[in-house]
This record gives sequence, structure tokens and C-alpha cells, in this order.
Amino acid sequence: MSAREQILFNIKNNQPDYQELNANFKFESVYENLYEKFSEILNFVGGKALEVSSYQEIKDDVREHYQGVTNIATTIEELSALADFSLNISDPHELEMLNLAIIKGDFAVAENAAIWVSEKQLPHRALPMITQYLAIVIHKSDIVTNMHSAYERVKIDETGFGTFISGPSKTADIEQSLVIGAHGARGLVVYVLP
Amino acid sequence: MSSIKIDHATASVEFNKDEAHVNWHDETLWFVRSKRDKAVFQIPEWEQLREAGSQIKNHVLSNMHDLLLEFEEKATANGITVHWATDAQEHNEIIYSIIKNEGVNRMVKSKSMLTEECHLNDFLKEKGVEVIDSDLGERIVQMRNESPSHIVLPAIHLKRSDVGETFHKHLGTEKGATDPQYLTEAARQHLRDTFLTRKVALTGVNFAIAETGGFVVCTNEGNADMGVHLADVHIACMGFEKIIPKAEHLGVFLRLLARSATGQPITTFSSHFHKPREGQKMHIIIVDNGRTKQLGRPDFRNSLKCIRCAACFNTCPVYRRSGGHSYHTAIAGPIGSILAPNLDMAQNADLPFASTLCGSCSNVCPVKIDIHEQLYKWRQVLVKEGHVPTFKKLGIQSMAGVLSSPSFFRMAGKLGRFLMKNTPFVVNNKLNVWYQQREMPDVPKESFREWYVLRGEKINEEEKKAL
Repeated sequence: MSAREQILFNIKNNQPDYQELNANFKFESVYENLYEKFSEILNFVGGKALEVSSYQEIKDDVREHYQGVTNIATTIEELSALADFSLNISDPHELEMLNLAIIKGDFAVAENAAIWVSEKQLPHRALPMITQYLAIVIHKSDIVTNMHSAYERVKIDETGFGTFISGPSKTADIEQSLVIGAHGARGLVVYVLP
Repeated sequence: MSSIKIDHATASVEFNKDEAHVNWHDETLWFVRSKRDKAVFQIPEWEQLREAGSQIKNHVLSNMHDLLLEFEEKATANGITVHWATDAQEHNEIIYSIIKNEGVNRMVKSKSMLTEECHLNDFLKEKGVEVIDSDLGERIVQMRNESPSHIVLPAIHLKRSDVGETFHKHLGTEKGATDPQYLTEAARQHLRDTFLTRKVALTGVNFAIAETGGFVVCTNEGNADMGVHLADVHIACMGFEKIIPKAEHLGVFLRLLARSATGQPITTFSSHFHKPREGQKMHIIIVDNGRTKQLGRPDFRNSLKCIRCAACFNTCPVYRRSGGHSYHTAIAGPIGSILAPNLDMAQNADLPFASTLCGSCSNVCPVKIDIHEQLYKWRQVLVKEGHVPTFKKLGIQSMAGVLSSPSFFRMAGKLGRFLMKNTPFVVNNKLNVWYQQREMPDVPKESFREWYVLRGEKINEEEKKAL
């Protein structure tokens, strides 16, 4: 018997009697203001939300806060004036030089400040992790309450890869002291358009 | 990674020698438990969520065979190569053959407790393959030639000065440096270079979804993503119990996992893998290694519901005061103590006794595993199978003798009180294990029974007067 056959045979013999799964495991979360909840939690996990009215406002903010920073890339056409780094590359290792990536988020989740990005938004899977700093642009109307609503909205196998990002990368592995900027981005700003 | 077997109690004595450090360990883990509580109390439906997690996992256990087949079919259609391994040896061999096939001798690995369980690093080292663990905590313990002492916080047994010393030796950081920010930055630079140069990257699996043939990997550091998105080959290893039926069930588990683990609302990255990226190869290894046997034990199969959050570690008064290494197994703590005897009863017979049976582990478990009840049941199995030391067996037998005879019990009590009062050296000595960590209590004038009988009479007389 192959390993596969043996494992499946043993499982079939040893698994308990079939237990039906027919309950609905979706719970509703009620928040007075989805954006405020999202912003509060994002702050808690080390990121920052900024309400903006236009792409121009995002441009102004980036120019002000990342003054003198080079190697900026974006997937958003309206912000292409900010970019000096082309994502039109074939080898993701070249992204190593990247200081700031500005990408679109598909939608956000209020309860945990997670933002779904998939290969629909990402020309390279490594992009949101390898960049030194990350900015994500979402629309206010694209904030859902909780993870149950999130999975109602997203089809996880629509592309080969997708991830929920909640805040900048972090670690507390040295004596439980929180350090922002482990291996992924050192900072996360979320621009929220109307 | 020493394989010398020292039992939990003996190892705990060693761990407890540095009292200040033990106190720190205890308080720090309790702090993590408190963060968990804070996060949990913000979710009014928390108990229903736990029940949902539990029910989904119960269903998974009962439908494991079909779910795995469904997963295999979908994953294969997605372009993922699916492997099956009956034990640690097969698991390690498969990984080695993939690495060899690529013509490389180096690999980067993010956290996978399964590979710890299978002793993959040692196996590959012998074959001449260098493995670098990329989770910061795991990298620290790897440099020190230790194993993780906690499944979520691998280096929780170390102080910042220990890490500073280790990094000074291995990464050339300044001598005496202890600032976590500085030390983390040094590790970031070192591991960035690793991510950029490795062709093969290995990750664990938090959840595998039968319906879609994909899997989810959760990290805070982003190390799993950094490794695999820059590698030509992604190997993901999972115990077969990681399977869940549908994508929507992730809604339940991702709400439970990080809150239970560290009190975070979710991990920084919850990455969903379904297809290799263009030009990449993706492998998934489904491992048994004793799990089918555990599935066949009605009293213990629930342990396979575990989602590895470690909430039971952080809340356990014994874990907090004995440290993860005292458990001499890849997964320590209460859950490890019910998983390990399944793998090797003789080697792990001490672990189900490393508990006060207070039940706190079961109360915090996000999928409602009856951990403390299983600890209690394992004790009975272990005694029956002859895996308990004669000394302990005799002690329990004589205790049973004393407790089952009221007159003998009264006499023994009287004798005990007499000896403690008049010849304290008979009990206050090294032979008495109870005395080793404690002062003996003051001797009461009378036993509770004597007090009760006397007082009972008094009350009766007073009551009579009142009449």
C-alpha cells in the first residue's frame, strides 16, 4: 500500500461516526461607524488611517511625508506621478530596492483592520511584504463589518494568491517587546477615499 | 537539540533555580493571557464562536477521509503537487528529495511545528542541507542550538540579554546590546539576505480548505510570505487534521486564532495560497505521524481539533512555572501533554501528570477541547499500561488504603499530627518530597472531624437550651 492509501485506509477505519454540519456560523457585528472602528483597530495594530477626498490629496500627503524618498512604486494609475520605480519587471527579487509601495486594497474589515489584497491588485505577490513602507488605498464604502462578511464578499480562489493585511509587520519575540517592522513593511498607511 | 530524557518534574526543578526568571516567565505569559481576555471580551458572540469552531472541527474529524480526497483533487487541479507521508521519516525524505531535485543545499523555513515534531532540521543537516528558520523567535533558538519552548512565542524562555549575546556571537551586533528594536533590526537585515538567496522555502499550514484546494498561512512578521514569494519552490507541510471544509469557515477560525494566541484581532498576514505563481512549483505534504492512531482513540481524538493558538500554554500555572523545555517534546503545555503520549507512551508518561487539572486550559481553548479531562484520562491509561514509576504507584495505593478506612484514616491523622509537633525532623527532611519546595504547615490542635464532633455537640446543647 502506498502512503496515501495507508493513511486514507486508517482514517476511514478510525474516524468517528459522521457528524452533520448544517449550522450557520455567521455572526453579525454591529458598529455605529465602520470607518471609525476600522481606524481605531488599525491604530491599535500599528497602522494609520487617513481620510482623503481625492487622489490629489494622497499625492500631497505622500510628497509631504516621504520627502526625498526614492524607489517608490504604485499600481494605481492616478498616482503614477509619484512613482520612480517600475513594477514592470519579471524577477520579484528586483523589488528589494523598493522603499514605498502604494497599492489598492480590495476591501477592508472593521473588526480587525484587515485589508484583502490579491493578485487582482498585485503584479507581484512579494510586493506588500518586501517594500520598506506600504500604503494601501481603499474606498470608504468598501469596509465590511467582520470576517464572516469578508468571506461572503471574497472568492479566495479567484486568483492564485490573496492575503489579509492588518497593520505593518511586527514581532514581540524578544522578551515580548513589540517591535514594528519585522520582515515585512515597517509602516502602513491606509488612505480612505469616499 | 538534546535528546536526553529528563522528566518534567526534574527539569522543572532546574528551571525553578532562577527564581527571578521564573517569576518573569510566569508574569509575562499571564500578561499574554490577559491580552487574550481583553480581545475576547470585545466579541459578544465569543462563546458561540468557540462552539462553532468546535462543531466544525467535530465534523472534520468525522469526515476526514472525504475532505482530504476533496482537498487533494482541488489542490492538484490548482497545480499543487500533493504528497502523503505516514511518518516523520517519510515526511523528511520527501522534503529532501524536492530540495535535491532543485540542485540546491539551502532552504529557508517559516514556523512549522510539524517539522519540529519530525526533527526535519536535524535530518537535513545530516544530509548536508542548511536550513534557516525565519521566524525571529525560532531563529534565536536555532542559533543557540535549542528548540522552541512555546509554539507561538518560541524564545519566551530567554531574556533580552541572552538574545543580545547570541546575536553578538552570530550576527556581530554590539557586545552587551539588549535593545529589542536594535536586535530585531539586525535579524531583519540578516534574514532579508536569506530570503533573497534561497530557492526553496518551506512553510507550515494553519488551515487547508477542502472546497477550494488551497491553504492559509498566518504570520505577524511576514516571514512566510517573504520566503515563498522569492523562492522557486514552496513546500507546505500539514498534519492532515488541518483540513476544514469551506472557505466561509475561515471566518470562524481567523476570528478565534489570533485573539486566543496573543490578543490580536488577527495576525498581520493571513495569506491564502491556491496556485503557484508563474514559474514556481508548489508542494503540499499531508502527514499522518501517529494522527490516524489518535483519531481512533475515542477519549483522545478531540486533541486533533487543536488550531495551535497556545492559549492553554499561557493560562497553565504549571507551564508558566516550569517552562516549555521541561516538556521535552515539540509541542509543550497542556495540549502537548495530551498529544505526546499518543506518539510514545513510555517516553512521555510524565507529561499528563504535569498539570493541576484546574481546567483553565479547557476554558480558554477556542475549539473547546476537553484538555484537562484528557490529561486525567491519560493518567489512567498510563497507570494501566505500566508506564508510571513504582514509587508513585505505591504512594497512590497506600493513599487509597488510608482513605478507604475511616478508622485507619483517623489514626494516621493523629499519628501525623503527633509526629509533626513532637519530632518535626521526621517530616521536615529531604526524603519528604512535599517539604522540598514548601514549609510544613503549623500543626492544628485537633482534626476537622474532632472539631466538628465537639462543636456539633455544643450547637446541639445550645439548641436544646433554646427549646
